[in-house]
Amino acid sequence: MSEHRIELTVNGNRHIARVEARTSLGEFLRDTLGYTGTHLACEHGVCGACTVMVDGDAMRSCLTLAVQADGAAVTTVEGLAQADGTLHPVQQALRDNFGLQCGFCTPGVAITMAAVTRDNEGADSGAMEEGLTQAMSGHICRCTGYQGIRRAIRQLAGVSA
Amino acid sequence: MNVHMKSVGAARYVGERTPRKEYGRLLTGRGQFTDDVRVPGMLHVAFVRSAVARGRILGIDTAAARDMPGVQAVYTQADLAAVPVTFQTFFFTPAEAPVTLLADGRVACVGDPVAMVIAESRAQAEDAAALVEVAIEEETPVVTIADARTGPLVHPDRDDNIAAEMGDEDSREAVQPLLDGAAHVVTMRVRHQRIAQSPMETRACLASPEGENEMTVWLGCQSPHLAARYIAQVMGLPQEAIRVIAKDVGGGFGLKNIPWKEEMAVIAAAKLLRRPVKWIEDRFEALTASSHAREQDVTLTVGFDGDARLQAAWCDYACNNGAWPMGEDANVAVHMFMWPCYKMPAYGFVTRGWYTNTMGLGAYRGPWAMESLVRETLLDKAARRIGIDPVELRRRNLLYLTDQPHTSTLGVPVEDITPGECLEKLVANVDFAAFRREQAEARKAGRYLGIGVATYVEPTGAAGSMAPMTGETVHLRVEPTGKVVAMLSTHSQGHGTATTMAQVIAEQLGVAYEDVAVYEGDSAIGAFGPGAAGSRQGVIAGGATWRAAQLLSEKVKQVAAHLTNASVEAITIEGGIVHVAGAPEMSRSLREIAEIAYGEPGRLPEGAPTGLEAQYRYQPPPMTMTSAAHCCIVEVDAETGFVKILRWISAEDCGTVINPGVVEGQIAGGLAQAIGQVLLEDMPYDARGNPLAATFKDYLMPTISDVPDFEYLHASTPSQTIGGMRGVGEGGCIIGPPTLVNAIADALSPFGEIEELVLPLTPARILDVIEQRDVSGTRAPAAEAKSAAPIVEEAPLVEAAPVASSSIDGDWAMVLKTPMGPQEMVGHFDTVGATVSGYLEAPEGRQEFSGGTLAGSQLRFEMKVEKPMKITLKYDLLFEGDAVSGKCKMGMFGSAKVTGTRA
Repeated sequence: MSEHRIELTVNGNRHIARVEARTSLGEFLRDTLGYTGTHLACEHGVCGACTVMVDGDAMRSCLTLAVQADGAAVTTVEGLAQADGTLHPVQQALRDNFGLQCGFCTPGVAITMAAVTRDNEGADSGAMEEGLTQAMSGHICRCTGYQGIRRAIRQLAGVSA
Repeated sequence: MNVHMKSVGAARYVGERTPRKEYGRLLTGRGQFTDDVRVPGMLHVAFVRSAVARGRILGIDTAAARDMPGVQAVYTQADLAAVPVTFQTFFFTPAEAPVTLLADGRVACVGDPVAMVIAESRAQAEDAAALVEVAIEEETPVVTIADARTGPLVHPDRDDNIAAEMGDEDSREAVQPLLDGAAHVVTMRVRHQRIAQSPMETRACLASPEGENEMTVWLGCQSPHLAARYIAQVMGLPQEAIRVIAKDVGGGFGLKNIPWKEEMAVIAAAKLLRRPVKWIEDRFEALTASSHAREQDVTLTVGFDGDARLQAAWCDYACNNGAWPMGEDANVAVHMFMWPCYKMPAYGFVTRGWYTNTMGLGAYRGPWAMESLVRETLLDKAARRIGIDPVELRRRNLLYLTDQPHTSTLGVPVEDITPGECLEKLVANVDFAAFRREQAEARKAGRYLGIGVATYVEPTGAAGSMAPMTGETVHLRVEPTGKVVAMLSTHSQGHGTATTMAQVIAEQLGVAYEDVAVYEGDSAIGAFGPGAAGSRQGVIAGGATWRAAQLLSEKVKQVAAHLTNASVEAITIEGGIVHVAGAPEMSRSLREIAEIAYGEPGRLPEGAPTGLEAQYRYQPPPMTMTSAAHCCIVEVDAETGFVKILRWISAEDCGTVINPGVVEGQIAGGLAQAIGQVLLEDMPYDARGNPLAATFKDYLMPTISDVPDFEYLHASTPSQTIGGMRGVGEGGCIIGPPTLVNAIADALSPFGEIEELVLPLTPARILDVIEQRDVSGTRAPAAEAKSAAPIVEEAPLVEAAPVASSSIDGDWAMVLKTPMGPQEMVGHFDTVGATVSGYLEAPEGRQEFSGGTLAGSQLRFEMKVEKPMKITLKYDLLFEGDAVSGKCKMGMFGSAKVTGTRA
């Protein structure tokens, strides 16, 4: 297998590594770098659990190769909260609204919500709610029936329940 | 009992939407799921699986795989046979199919594990697994239930493809005249698709050997205690040899009740290699090679009198058990729980599980849920047929509290269920009349709205009648720091037990919720409990923590009373501060009391133990019933057949609600799975036994756009348990499917009936009704299935050549096929003339009988038993030489087969 040297930052930390060309970004983050907060659940791009931000864009880390992230700034769920432990608003909204049960899909859900709320910053409540709900249709949660996720979306969008 | 126990502490936590304790780690990516655990020197597994459904293995060539980089071992069953494993069911009874870790000479389904490659990385293991060549002589597979009735044997050493069988054709004789005399007779056939449980975390196992027998196993499971006991038992190891850790598990839903072939193969391989070995299932394996669920074909016939009151019912149930079920299952619970919430005078059934060359049957949230689906959809069909409102039809037949105590025709006693009251609560909160007006207006405009209602009861919190279904333990202590630690037998795969149990403890002890730490998820913590199985943890562990916290509170009070020269009655604990009535200056923090209790034993009451600890194991009543009524409103697009769910209201009675957020989360999750079952999910097989849904693009999971906002009404009638809780884990998945089907059927009623319910109700199947033709192509293959040869019933017992009566005297090795699995026993008979006495002896004990009669070679005798409930067993045995066979009528359980030979 061909190996490549890559250099990237994850949650602001600098990493230099050699990776096989076929290694997915998700496997690389988990197995090589130890960011096990990113979960691989389907490995074919449908369920969304493995979503991370690559240069600010939410991406499926199971369908992205590690070599594609060479030079990129990656954010995983471990990087969402502030250094003092203050939760990111999407984490806080999920916490306030019972937005998770087993928590396996949650890292991807939180990353997508963080990317969408940032992209829609300043948008009106309706647009924010619609943007978040549409983005969530790309995530599968087997536990919650999406009730708490939808309430979290409304909280983030400033829509009264 | 302690139904209305008031809280000891002043702060209310029970009933609050307290944020879950697990959130801290799960929201920040710091949970510990099995694949997050790394052990030095750990190796990785990839399985080689059968690509054919049925056949003989001609050869397995592993040479190329062994030469691949990083490969440490390639094992087949010939290698793993060095680690004997005797598989058991969830009930700790022997698995009847010849289950082996890897295929032993034959393959019996696509996905059957044939070999395992163990390498330094998962990628290396997968590369090498692709090079293992398996030559199989393919045989015609048995795929469907219809195939199983007439096809070749799935397991060549067995007599037939019947995996399990209960019920009694004879009981039809009692029911048929009542059906014949009924004013209305309605039949409902349901063909339920095969479901892949699909927890978001696939199966996972990391086994790390630590000595001759000792091993730590990180496992995706539903109870580390049950898993540790299971692993030790099936491997013949001492229980203490196995420690199972499962801190975080990404959903179970019944699939992870017990470790199965792959997990046990990983454990065996670790033992052989003396290296830590990890296997993480991929999604393709999870969908096609994890145990599946449901796949049933059920016909229920019900007779009503002229006033739409229930008269009698008959049910024929068949379930595809696949090749390697995690317990052969005829699903007798479907029949037990078909009618306890209705006034049904007569009921009979036959129920069978069938072996086929498909992936084996596992559990799935509410495994007996078919009872609600077939009954409630039939009731709505009957209401339309009779011309009565479906709510009114239920009102005439449902049990209300004023009708109880009541015992169902199959002997299930109920005394505090509220299905009628839940229905009334629902009706009071949904304006049915307004909906009917809206529906009529909409129809004029070509829009088809429908409303569906369903009611049910659910057995929860079972304990004491089945080996794994036990009480729960809590070990509780106040640390020297004044903080509270609870060690629980519970397990959460998202259930939030750490949260709800901490709420109970904080309230009963009088401390802050934040000051209670809960540990679970490790077989070294707490004591035996089966974890999340049968909606039981809130009920039983809730009662255990409730009582343990009271016991601990008493200890604190005794120490405080001694230190302050006050009476115990004068002491209260509130917010972690211990108060003395009338002496506010004497208040001390719990920490001060704890420091003395641990560090200054001389200041304690004489003879008092040091420290502040309490332990309680709660054995609840054998069963606690939960009731509910649900209502759903849909719109069906008559052009496309698409269903949009507009509204869904749940009126449930789960007794004391510890945390509404957690309770509603359980209901909602079950309802989403119900929506998946009714509209989306399907694991079909082709005629050659290939599973056809291999990715989440084929196996359609409900997404946020498929699930509406749910509305909740909590009835909260306390149960008889400590704390008054009732289970709520499975209900949504049981009552959800009929509620939704009924709404769709109501919307479709201008076009016609859903005569035969085939799930999922895809748009094409809905167009079948709208266009009154076979748009979906469902009926064509169904007609073929119907033309298959009818099931060959067992020949009635014929008079065999009479044997000398004394020749049955002595010991017989007999096997009784019970719903929980085969029960081995020794039968001893003594004849005097035509009268027979004797005993049956099993490991659990010996039971005597007398007054049996021997006519020719036919022996009949009766025996009363107390467990699992009071029933009279009626044996009817036929002796032929050194063989005995026959049946045992087991009251509500129907009939079970008996076989045996002279001991």
